[in-house]
Amino acid sequence: MARYGMVIDTTKCVGCMDCVVACKTENGTPEGFNRDWINYVVSGEFPTLNMEIRSERCNHCDNPPCVDSCPTGASHVHDVGKVVLVDDKLCIGCKACIAACPYDARYIHPEGYADKCTFCIHRVEQGLDPACVSVCPTRCMYFGDLDDPNSQVSKLLNSRKNHTLIPDAGTKPRVYYLT
Amino acid sequence: MNALSRRRFLKITGTTVGAAAAGGAALKASQILTQPRSGSKGIQKIPTYCDICFWKCGAIAYLKDGRLWKVEGNPEDPLSRGRLCPRGTGGVGAHYDPDRLKAPLLRMTKRGNEEWVEVTWDQAFDYIADRMQKIKKKYGPESVALFSHGIGGNFFKHTLKAFGTPNIAAPSFAQCRGPRDAGFRLTFGEDVSSPERTDIKNAECLVLIGSHLGENMHNSQVQEFAQAVENGATIIVVDPRFSIAASKAKYYLPIKPGTDLALILAWMNVIVKEGLYDQEYVQKYGFGFEQFATSITEYTPEWAYPETGIQPEIIRKTAREMARYKPATLVHPGRHVTWYGDDTQRSRAIALLNALLGSWGRKGGFYYPVGMDVPSYPYPAYPKTVKEKVDNPAKKYPFAHEAITTGIREATITEQPYPIKGWFVYATNLIQALPNEQETIKAIQNLDLMVVIDVIPSEIAGWADVVLPESVYLERYDDLNVEWFREPFVALRQPAVESPNDQKPNWWMAKKLAEKLGLGQYYPWNDIEEYFDVRLKSAGLSLSELKKKGIIKGAQQPIYFDEGIPADFSTPSGKIEFYSVQLAKAGFDPVPKYKRPAGGPPGYFRLLFGRAPVHSFGRTQSNRILSDMMDENEIWVNKKAATRLGVKSGDYVRLKNQDGVVSNKIKVKATERIRPDCVYMVHGFGHTSKMLKHAYMKGASDSQLITRYETDPLMGGTGMNVNFVTIVWEEA
Ligand code: SF4
Ligand code: SF4
Repeated sequence: MARYGMVIDTTKCVGCMDCVVACKTENGTPEGFNRDWINYVVSGEFPTLNMEIRSERCNHCDNPPCVDSCPTGASHVHDVGKVVLVDDKLCIGCKACIAACPYDARYIHPEGYADKCTFCIHRVEQGLDPACVSVCPTRCMYFGDLDDPNSQVSKLLNSRKNHTLIPDAGTKPRVYYLT
Repeated sequence: MNALSRRRFLKITGTTVGAAAAGGAALKASQILTQPRSGSKGIQKIPTYCDICFWKCGAIAYLKDGRLWKVEGNPEDPLSRGRLCPRGTGGVGAHYDPDRLKAPLLRMTKRGNEEWVEVTWDQAFDYIADRMQKIKKKYGPESVALFSHGIGGNFFKHTLKAFGTPNIAAPSFAQCRGPRDAGFRLTFGEDVSSPERTDIKNAECLVLIGSHLGENMHNSQVQEFAQAVENGATIIVVDPRFSIAASKAKYYLPIKPGTDLALILAWMNVIVKEGLYDQEYVQKYGFGFEQFATSITEYTPEWAYPETGIQPEIIRKTAREMARYKPATLVHPGRHVTWYGDDTQRSRAIALLNALLGSWGRKGGFYYPVGMDVPSYPYPAYPKTVKEKVDNPAKKYPFAHEAITTGIREATITEQPYPIKGWFVYATNLIQALPNEQETIKAIQNLDLMVVIDVIPSEIAGWADVVLPESVYLERYDDLNVEWFREPFVALRQPAVESPNDQKPNWWMAKKLAEKLGLGQYYPWNDIEEYFDVRLKSAGLSLSELKKKGIIKGAQQPIYFDEGIPADFSTPSGKIEFYSVQLAKAGFDPVPKYKRPAGGPPGYFRLLFGRAPVHSFGRTQSNRILSDMMDENEIWVNKKAATRLGVKSGDYVRLKNQDGVVSNKIKVKATERIRPDCVYMVHGFGHTSKMLKHAYMKGASDSQLITRYETDPLMGGTGMNVNFVTIVWEEA
């Protein structure tokens, strides 16, 4: 059984937000909200600067605090690819998951349920990449099975320096950043 | 009914629309219901090409149950390679934009008041045709001018040429890439053109001088830039601001604004002095190298240091890096290069640096674009115009090879060499596109007719007598895109959905207007499909295939000298002109010379502006998908300078320029990513058109602060980075 993850090459990403726009149109995310976002992390002093540009979203953690904190079972680990999903019919909008997520990956949809990135599981099940991955003009995003040693994502993680976000939170995030 | 008065229009229609009502109530994009395509269920895919900027990427529109859902890149398209840029991906929002123009509008009160009455198309054309005929009678047909941007203007150009005017201009020349193209023509005899013929993906060393790829999202350029990064190309970025591209660079040169030419001359000095140039190439193709070499001896890195702030050893090191990878070193010529008024000479210096590196015509440098032979429609000949164009009288700007917008504006104000009494403005917001908006407004006061054709009610629409609402690109056919690029292809724009209101495609408007003017013979076709059919058949292509695929490609052809492209240069000497006799003859420097730019008043910052990846000029701020990405612009201020001034990120301030003009309020971005002597903002915000409800007064407009400009004496470009601002506190 697959365990989907994402690998993003920050050395190629230009922070153009195409991934954010594509997510929005693909999933019809309501005005005023987005399921992914860009973080520009600048260090140093002018002109000796460094900038890491990161396309961020739900990390589909192996150890998801949102799922643990959900009182109704709406937040759950999907059996395809171990993707973390929200069942909007079960969600009561109590925001426990929002409080539990260290990545601020969720928001309350105007219709009252918690919403976030789904790794475009509806596309993945049709053999497509998530919308963000397939739109990225710099081709800096990769999606695949982390448990398959021959997948492109596994190979990239084996060959390139990388990190995850807030590893100390113990969530075991599955979105990796190549540096 | 030719001589309709404004009053009579009021009687006919009975409905008046104020600024507040023109765009309908403030609806959310998701609440706007457009007509589903009749009876369609499920997913439909319609290939077309994008129009959110003017790159014209091949796209596929997706409909879900007849409603527009999303737009993706067409994998067959060489420009997008299946991936649109963020603006193109957000193109859906243009269709659903509640602020878009909905019906033809006629001005009711003073110009600029934005008080309108809705009229029928017939009434609008009667009004326009009547005014045009009056202008023609009194002043001649040349006294009607057209400002146009993008391929959508083609049919209006045709109608106006048929009417008899030669006065047609686009801001993309004198306010953008004109100096670059003039500089390259003077050197190589050819333009860089658009899409740029830059072989970025094969470059082993890429030099960007103020060119902010990744923020400027011209799709193919950015895709290739990422490829160059991935291939490990040495990237050298010269910019007063630590741009996105700078963050990918091996060498970031934080140059003092306005001194780029000094750096380029010093680079050439090192490359010549150390004998690092492509000697065989220069000997074979070059003209006047000796005079050139002598002329640049004074420009040593030590000389350039106090000008540019770049250490001599860095200048030497980067020059050697460039030479090391020649000829696969691409010194990018940029695109928006109207900065300081000496821009043609700076662009020429960039051309010369490329010539030294032997990159023109070589892999990793500049390729020779190829195109398909699709003949134009066999229209009857246009009437001979009696008078010369007004924009460049007596060839005042001898190296302007396109019309100068600001020249037409000046003629409209001065009525010299003859009056201009009618303006057509297609898809370009002249208020934000031209420097010094007061001059634009002054010119408009002299007009007897001012027509704006656009999708959205930008500022310039507010000044019109008649506003014609255009269908967005996803709702219309447009002219064929016969592109010159890496491989030859022709692309079709075709409607995926219907227009939600009474908007019409430009070809329909231009044809109807021609008919009203009695110029029906210039439109021998009834429907645009007939027009396509004639053109495509004459090229041996089929419309039905093009409709199905969106794109038809031709056979691959050579694009480099090494592949058999002849090294012919259309310069007077037939060679690459290191020394330019034609410049000398016209009284200009035959080899570029550096002149220090004037500084600003003490305590002022130089105002710089650029682009954001999610917006196209001022055309997308009301697109709800794109405004969700970026709703307002910010003023970038160096962190230490901000601290000194007592402002921090998130504060709202106003900017006051050297002439006392105060901007709309704008949010501060206090950042390490910019020099302390300049500030930067993204162009296209701070809208003052009341009809643009969503974007109204969000952020500030750089154009409003660009009261001064330096005109390039070679080609009439308007250098706009010559304004200075201070920060004034916004009262809470
Ligand atoms: S689309 Fe790609 S390049 Fe653009 S911000 Fe997203 S990840 Fe980065
Ligand atoms: S670069 Fe972007 S906005 Fe321009 S045509 Fe291509 S996809 Fe459209």
